[in-house]
Amino acid sequence: MSVFVTSGLTDFLRDAVDLQVQVDAIGLGAIFALMAVGIGLVFGVLRLVNFAYGQLIMAGGFALAFASERGWSVAVGIALCFAVVIGLSLAMERAVFRPLRTQSPAVMLIATFAVAFLLQSIALLWFGPLGKTAASLAQLNRPVSIGDVDIRKISIVAIVTAAVCLTLLLVLLNRTSIGLHMRAAAMDFQTARLLGVRANLVSAVAVLISGLLAAVVAVMLTVQFPTVTPGFALRETIVVLAGVIVGGMTRLGSATLGGFAIGYASGVLGGALPTAQSQYLPSLVFGVVILVLLVRPGGLFTRGRPAVERV
Amino acid sequence: MTAPRTLLQLAAPTGLVIAATLIGATVSRSTEIYFINALVAVSIVVALYVFVGNSGVLSFGHISFVAVGAWAAGVLSVPEQEKPAFMPYLFDFLRDTTVGNVPSLLAAGVVGGVFALLVGLPLMRLSGLAAGIATFAVLEITNNILRYYEKIGPGLNTFSSVPETTDLAQAGVGALVVIVAAFAYQRSRFGRQLRATREDPAAARAVGVSVYRQRLGAFALSGFLAGLAGGLYVHFLPINVDAVYLDLTFITLAMLVIGGTTSLWGAVVGALAVSGLDSLLANAENGLDVLRWTIEVPAGTRIVVVSALMAIVLILRPSGLTGGREFSLDPLWRRLRPS
Repeated sequence: MSVFVTSGLTDFLRDAVDLQVQVDAIGLGAIFALMAVGIGLVFGVLRLVNFAYGQLIMAGGFALAFASERGWSVAVGIALCFAVVIGLSLAMERAVFRPLRTQSPAVMLIATFAVAFLLQSIALLWFGPLGKTAASLAQLNRPVSIGDVDIRKISIVAIVTAAVCLTLLLVLLNRTSIGLHMRAAAMDFQTARLLGVRANLVSAVAVLISGLLAAVVAVMLTVQFPTVTPGFALRETIVVLAGVIVGGMTRLGSATLGGFAIGYASGVLGGALPTAQSQYLPSLVFGVVILVLLVRPGGLFTRGRPAVERV
Repeated sequence: MTAPRTLLQLAAPTGLVIAATLIGATVSRSTEIYFINALVAVSIVVALYVFVGNSGVLSFGHISFVAVGAWAAGVLSVPEQEKPAFMPYLFDFLRDTTVGNVPSLLAAGVVGGVFALLVGLPLMRLSGLAAGIATFAVLEITNNILRYYEKIGPGLNTFSSVPETTDLAQAGVGALVVIVAAFAYQRSRFGRQLRATREDPAAARAVGVSVYRQRLGAFALSGFLAGLAGGLYVHFLPINVDAVYLDLTFITLAMLVIGGTTSLWGAVVGALAVSGLDSLLANAENGLDVLRWTIEVPAGTRIVVVSALMAIVLILRPSGLTGGREFSLDPLWRRLRPS
């Protein structure tokens, strides 16, 4: 028995340090980090946990599938994906988030839950349960050989894209006046408004950026999972949400780090663990979520005491 | 508060449930299913209301108590010779025990209640957003374990060959039991204390109410009732693990929110109204004849309508159809006799 366990462990460790698994895991972590930023940014400004974030990505995936089935070029497909996701995000902000801004976070959580189901069931109605295939970017899924390891191009693309997006976001938040307004609103919405920050503008911009990131994620996820179903990105969103909470919701940096960590961890464990052992992984992850909420409500990657109002 | 008025607050929801049961008895066999379904939904939503309505704390986790209740009642009431067919890995004592209908429902309630109590011990310290997410995590964990742990149930298999004892009468009686329990609780001193913490936690603490203890008590009671409802559910339909997961969580929360979260009347009205609408749309998906017009809507319209309705109610009338108040004739009197 112990011999078996030991050899299992060695197998696991050998697979886990394998360069290919590592790069894939970092690639997945990068995608999850982008999703975490999209969720964390809206939470920061509006104190709203967007359950419907995965459905935005799903809508983008369907836009890509729609374009690829008609044989449109990749550029047109991506443009359509961005247009759909951003349009949908702004519509969501205007129709649901803005009227509910004064309600408690719990009410807003239920509202986004309803929006998530609405979008998912519209997709089900429109495209059927089997979904559509987005094939135009499939060549990115092929490996490229570096030395003697094969690395899928999409992993590299994901890492580079995430780095670029996060850098641009940092510049926006720290070097522009709208970024300053957003940071002010995230710290204290009421006081920021008193000092002349325009609430509707700030909330629209936060949702817009979050939508942009959702579109980017949609493009990259459809490369890895070309079959777009109404439940597309739902599991990923729930996992990222868990990561964001474990990392620390109240700060964008810790939320992003949490998203990356959970993506990286699922990449490594998914690549190296046999199925029989990974099936209880969700229980472990959500057990950690509960533990963090109880013991360190501010998240693992934050310092100091969190404000009471946030929990 | 005078006695007749109090009585009316209980009479209205129970009357509505009895009316639904009686109407269900007059319709065809295939339509009766919808009425049973609606009555089971009433039990689940009222169980959810006992905690969410009285405490004002959000819970996405109640369907886990429905699920463990369904598992308990299902596993215990399948005939012994049928168990190996779809539950080959059961623990010995589960494999060798088979109980009747009522004991299985009681077991469902007890398992749901004990599970809720254990979960609540740490979780009831949280409120607001954190409570919502932590209870969601409970739902995920419960679903994950029931899905793969085949020593306590069928895993991914469907609960076939559970005796289908939840007929119209039993669904009606079950819903009434849950409603009376919910009413008795909210009239008791515990229910009043919990409602006080909902309205103003600081003031409630100041007069000596323990927020944690009151919430925990309501959570356990609500878990018991949800487990019971789960027992009714598994005796009604051959369900599987996906039937007691996100979709049911969503639809029951939608029923509560649409009806009005803070009243028993709202929970019952919401459950019956949304179930009615849902059945109507389900029929319309197969073509529905209304006054010589055939209404036909594409499959899947139901959830679109229900979720749109829920979003609209949240935005335009956050307190729900009933305004979150108990049933009362006062508004009617006022309209009849304008002073």
